[in-house]
Amino acid sequence: MALFCVSVSGVLAFVYYTTEQVIVRQTDETIQAEILGLTEHYRDEGLTGLLQIIRQRSAGASGKRGLYLLADQKFHPLAGNLQHWPDSPVARSGSAWIDFLVRSEEQGAGAPQVARARIFDLPGGFHLLIGRDMTERGQFQAVMAEALLGALGVAIFLGLVGGVLMSRDLLRRLDAINRSTRAIIRGDMRERMPVTGSDDEFDQLSTNLNLMLDRIHELMQGIRQVTDNIAHDLRSPINRVRSRMEMTLLGQPDVATCREAMQDTIDEADAILGTFNALLDIALAESGAPREQFETIDLAQVASDAKDLYEPLAEDRGLRFDSEIASGLEIRGNRHLVSQALSNLLENAIKYTPDGGQIGLYGHQGEAGPVLEIADSGPGIPEGSRDKVLARFARLDESRATPGSGLGLSLVAAVARLHEAGLRLEDNEPGLRVILQFGAAGSTGGKGLESGTRDESSAKSESTRKSGPMAATFFAQLAAV
Amino acid sequence: MRILVIEDDRQAAAYLMKGLKESGYAVDHAPDGAEGLFLAGSERYDAMVVDRMLPGVDGLEIIKSLRDKGNRTPVLILSAMGQVDDRVKGLRAGGDDYLTKPYAFSEMLARLEALLRRGNVAPADTKLRVDNLEMDLLARVVSRGGRRIELQPREFQILQYLMRHQGHVVTRTMLLEAVWDYHFDPQTNVIDVHISRLRQKIDKDYDQPLLHTVRGAGYCLRASG
Repeated sequence: MALFCVSVSGVLAFVYYTTEQVIVRQTDETIQAEILGLTEHYRDEGLTGLLQIIRQRSAGASGKRGLYLLADQKFHPLAGNLQHWPDSPVARSGSAWIDFLVRSEEQGAGAPQVARARIFDLPGGFHLLIGRDMTERGQFQAVMAEALLGALGVAIFLGLVGGVLMSRDLLRRLDAINRSTRAIIRGDMRERMPVTGSDDEFDQLSTNLNLMLDRIHELMQGIRQVTDNIAHDLRSPINRVRSRMEMTLLGQPDVATCREAMQDTIDEADAILGTFNALLDIALAESGAPREQFETIDLAQVASDAKDLYEPLAEDRGLRFDSEIASGLEIRGNRHLVSQALSNLLENAIKYTPDGGQIGLYGHQGEAGPVLEIADSGPGIPEGSRDKVLARFARLDESRATPGSGLGLSLVAAVARLHEAGLRLEDNEPGLRVILQFGAAGSTGGKGLESGTRDESSAKSESTRKSGPMAATFFAQLAAV
Repeated sequence: MRILVIEDDRQAAAYLMKGLKESGYAVDHAPDGAEGLFLAGSERYDAMVVDRMLPGVDGLEIIKSLRDKGNRTPVLILSAMGQVDDRVKGLRAGGDDYLTKPYAFSEMLARLEALLRRGNVAPADTKLRVDNLEMDLLARVVSRGGRRIELQPREFQILQYLMRHQGHVVTRTMLLEAVWDYHFDPQTNVIDVHISRLRQKIDKDYDQPLLHTVRGAGYCLRASG
């Protein structure tokens, strides 16, 4: 507030000072111009002419407050509207600007007025004074000072009122944000900061805070989901182990029975660890952390490695392994995770395809980037259920858990998201065709149904991706326990 | 053979030591980094098993410090941190192999024994031999009893790994790591299929099988009898 007053005063003082300067300069210039005129007159018509013009002007100029005086060698007035030559020593010293007090004729014995004049000597010892009564100027200055002081007062008043109103508004809005915050602290996680719609800084702050809260909400949901998954997927096998051991102990077990029970327990424990590792891998992929270690990898190499590994297995199961992999399918990515995803897909294909069927692994350069396709001639997934399967990617699905953790497809989805690759399920007529489109996530053209499926999956992936980092931290903590 | 186990978890350490002793090794145990560093520096060991997360110190620091002093004892790192870059960090710090907890004892033992042998096998050998099975690494030719055997490139790599570790257990995981550089466990018995194909080629027509399955652990290539 003080700062405001000082600056307003400063501005007004400056205005006052400059105006005054301008007025003084104008007076001086007027006088100067008059002198020039009179000098010319004097040169043309001599002293007589000068006397005449001075008389003339003095008579007419009183209203305009022009001052004229022509005096002789001894400063006795000869003509003009001043009673006598100013008394000050400067006034008698020759050419100079002087300020002096004057009693003009009209005012008679009234208060002396300030006047400003220029004096100079004429040839022949005569002295000439030309000036201006500064009363008007003084009055103007007074008026101006008054006006400026008034302005200062008004400005300060308005400033104060505005300031109070404004800070009241600020405080009110801050208070609203504080209220919302307290509500959230109390546990009302649905509460959001008020947004007025004016899009000013406060609105932006509220909007950002709300986005942050939404994000936190999603992360919390992610953790809840992960916890549910653990409860669901780990609790039942642990329960199985427990009851198996209990049952064994209840009887009168011989060594062979014990050994068998223990071997079963080890197998179950391995399965639990497998599930746990799969959950960790998924959490890792979803956290996005491996992106920091992305390197250029050749999908053709990754695919042919996987083919080398799985082809004999497929052939052993009486399946034909068809493969066509173009060379030079480079992407930025994590080779281990892509290999693992590919391996999961091939295992699924082999697992679900009956004898005499065919599975395929194809890699080619698509418009947007490399494409990997894994096809099988198994039962496939009915068109209507594909959405459901995709939607279940983020969740554990007991029904698909034949040997293994049942998390294979979840990992594939997480790896696809990590690499910003589109993941689609299509009808292989017969069978299932899984398409991994690297480069641009799901940007290839497609039929209505497919794009619908894709949208669903990308929307899903969006929400799961967001839940990733915290889920990963959560898992890391679990692992450290 | 003397093994040093640096592991702070008493139960895990007891389990490890029992297993190692039963397998015929002399085992010392250090429950923390300081004692581990002291023992490793003052005694001679053939190999060390180092837990990564020790109270107050990262197991990798111990390995680094030993390596800086010129100690070349083979080290097997045990860690709950199983991501690929954790593994890379471990190997870069001077570890010789990296095993993620939890692990099967047989897996740990197979890897430890592979490390113990590392000093004995000159990797520069261009010819490997098990009984009458021969592998020429330069010509990339395999023959048994003078008869040439045609192998696929992957089969060749698997056999090469088995021959380098002849007489010892090689786990499926070790093969996946060595031949495919896969650091995860596939859910199916995919390696078994490769092994049985390899077995078809090298053992089928001969009386003496060389490639043996070790139940619950892995495979072993050795001359019978």
